[in-house]
Order: sequence, then structure tokens, then C-alpha cells
Amino acid sequence: MSLFDYFARKKNNTASIAKERLQVIVAHERRQNNKPDYLAALQKDIMEVIKKYVDIDIDNIEVQLDNHGNFSVLELNVTLPDKLPAAKAGNSR
Amino acid sequence: MAKIIVVTSGKGGVGKTTTSSAISTGLALRGHKTAVIDFDIGLRNLDLIMNCERRVVYDFVNVINGEATLKQALIKDKRCENLFILPASQTRDKDALTKEGVEQVLNELKELGFEYVICDSPAGIEHGAFMALYFADEAVVVANPEVSSVRDSDRILGILQSKSRKAELGENVTEHLLITRYDPERVARGEMLGVADVEEILATKLLGVIPECQSVLKASNQGVPVIHDTESRAGKAYADAVARLTGEQVEHRFLTPEHKSLFQRLFRRSA
Repeated sequence: MSLFDYFARKKNNTASIAKERLQVIVAHERRQNNKPDYLAALQKDIMEVIKKYVDIDIDNIEVQLDNHGNFSVLELNVTLPDKLPAAKAGNSR
Repeated sequence: MAKIIVVTSGKGGVGKTTTSSAISTGLALRGHKTAVIDFDIGLRNLDLIMNCERRVVYDFVNVINGEATLKQALIKDKRCENLFILPASQTRDKDALTKEGVEQVLNELKELGFEYVICDSPAGIEHGAFMALYFADEAVVVANPEVSSVRDSDRILGILQSKSRKAELGENVTEHLLITRYDPERVARGEMLGVADVEEILATKLLGVIPECQSVLKASNQGVPVIHDTESRAGKAYADAVARLTGEQVEHRFLTPEHKSLFQRLFRRSA
């Protein structure tokens, strides 16, 4: 390996970019594929319930199921808007 | 007891048929009675790679539909004593393959005393690919060191682990990773994913690495499975992979750049 090759490698190491991108997408897709079929429906129902109280977008809800050996964790992440609309959040209705 | 091995990849053009022809030939050369089945209905090519395209009379779908017996459809290879080819149908629809039909053919092959049945899968994850992998005991997942191929291989591994018959029975399909078109020089320059990278991403045991080699095209031009070219790097690498498939411990070769003379470097001709 010549000195030139050494510098060329540092500059053009596209293989490591490929590896990083693959690790991210493969991990993401494995999670997607292991999701049970009801998860999408569950997400929709949860959103309907939350929407009754807070005006939010479906993109702000994340439902994730993680397997940890003999038990699974259902994680629900809801990003609420900065300002809670008082009318909907309160008991006025 | 016949072992059913699917050669699959998800992505097309990575070397499934080349690998199927090489592995089936390699097993037969080692004395095992082997059948190789082309599951690519409508786009058959195994016959061409194995130089029996002009001897096809009946095909896989004919046998499933009862229009011919399995013995009538099996083509005996001209070079190897123990090798038989079951070609795909060129005219039918891929839906002609049914689980029951495929299972019946596989059972009949077992009764005929075949030790290995190699299933050459079509590309994709549709019906034909699913039929090819469903009954597999083992899987050879063929991948190129390239992003789309590796990603598709991961998809296929997921399908093997969830949708195959073994998975339905709560068992595992034994998975093997075969990396093809590997260029150690480009890997050394950081231009291509290395063996360890692909192995790590796919978390699958490595069966072999087939180096990028001109012998592969030469072999397909002539319809001679590349494993017969015992002088070529690809031929040797396939022979090693077949030995590993039968349980032998063989060191991996062709993973590092070849030492080239100054003359070769100047003219950039590869063997």
C-alpha cells in the first residue's frame, strides 16, 4: 500500500458510508417487520382517543413494540403541541 | 434423507443461478445424488447455464399438473453422473406452483434417493421465491457487497425466519451467507463493503466468498458450471463453499488482493 493509497482511502472511503447506512436501515426494517399486524390499528385507535382531548397530528404519535426475550414493551410516544388549546383540554365541554 | 437447500437473494442478478449450478454440480462431483430445480417460472435460465436448454421436453409445472412424470422431466447432466436438472416452465404463470404440488415433487425426489435438492429461487419476494424457500432445510443467501443487495438479503432472511415451513413448526432454517462478485482490491481501497461488514450487518454465518472473476462469464457463455473450471478463482471458491456445505472445515481464500508484479500493475490486467 503506497502513501498515495493511504490518503486516497481516507478521502474516498465510501464503503464505511455504505455500512453505516445499511446498519441504520436494516435495524429499522427489522423492527417494522417484527411488528404484529394489530399495531397499526392500535395506533389509529389511540390517536382517535387523544384527538378527543388534544388536537394533534398522527405523525406525532409513535407506537413501538420492543422484544426483550420473554417479555415485550409497548412504548407510546405522543408529542403534544406547544400550546395546549384550553377549550379542548379543559372540562368546559 | 434428502436435504432441501434454497439458493435465494431477494435482489436479481447477484448470482443465484450461477451459484445453484455450481453448488449442485459440486455436490454431484463429490458423489452425492443431487437434483437442481429452477423455480423461475416464465424466465427459466438454469437450463442455459447448465447447457441442457435443447434437451428440455417436460418441465416442473408439467410434473405438478400430472402432464408428465418426474422421471420424464428430470434431465440428466452430461458432465456429472449424479446430477439431474428439473427445468422451469417457460410459458406458464408462476401461480402454477402450489404448495401441495411442490411438496409432492420434493417428496418424490426423496423417494428416488436424492441426497440434495437445490432450489434455484427467482428474484423478488413474490410467489415463486416464496415457493422456492418454503420447504427449505437450509438456505444459501447470495449477496453482492453492495447496499441494495445486502438490504434485500436481510429481507429474505426475515422471510425465512418467519414464513418458511420450518419457521411455522418453530424450527430454524440453517442459513448460509455467500458473498459473490467480491473485489478484494476495491475493499482494500475502501470502495467496497468487506466480508466482515456484510457478515456483521446480516448476522449470518459465512459459507464462502466468490471473487469477481472473468471465468464466471466464460462459463455461462459455454453452459459449463464455473465449478468445472478448477483453475479459476471463482471455481476454486465455489468448490470450497460446497465442501463447507457438506460440513468440512475449509479456510476462506481470495479475501485479500493478489500480489501483482510490476508488469501486471502497469497493464492492469487481471487473471
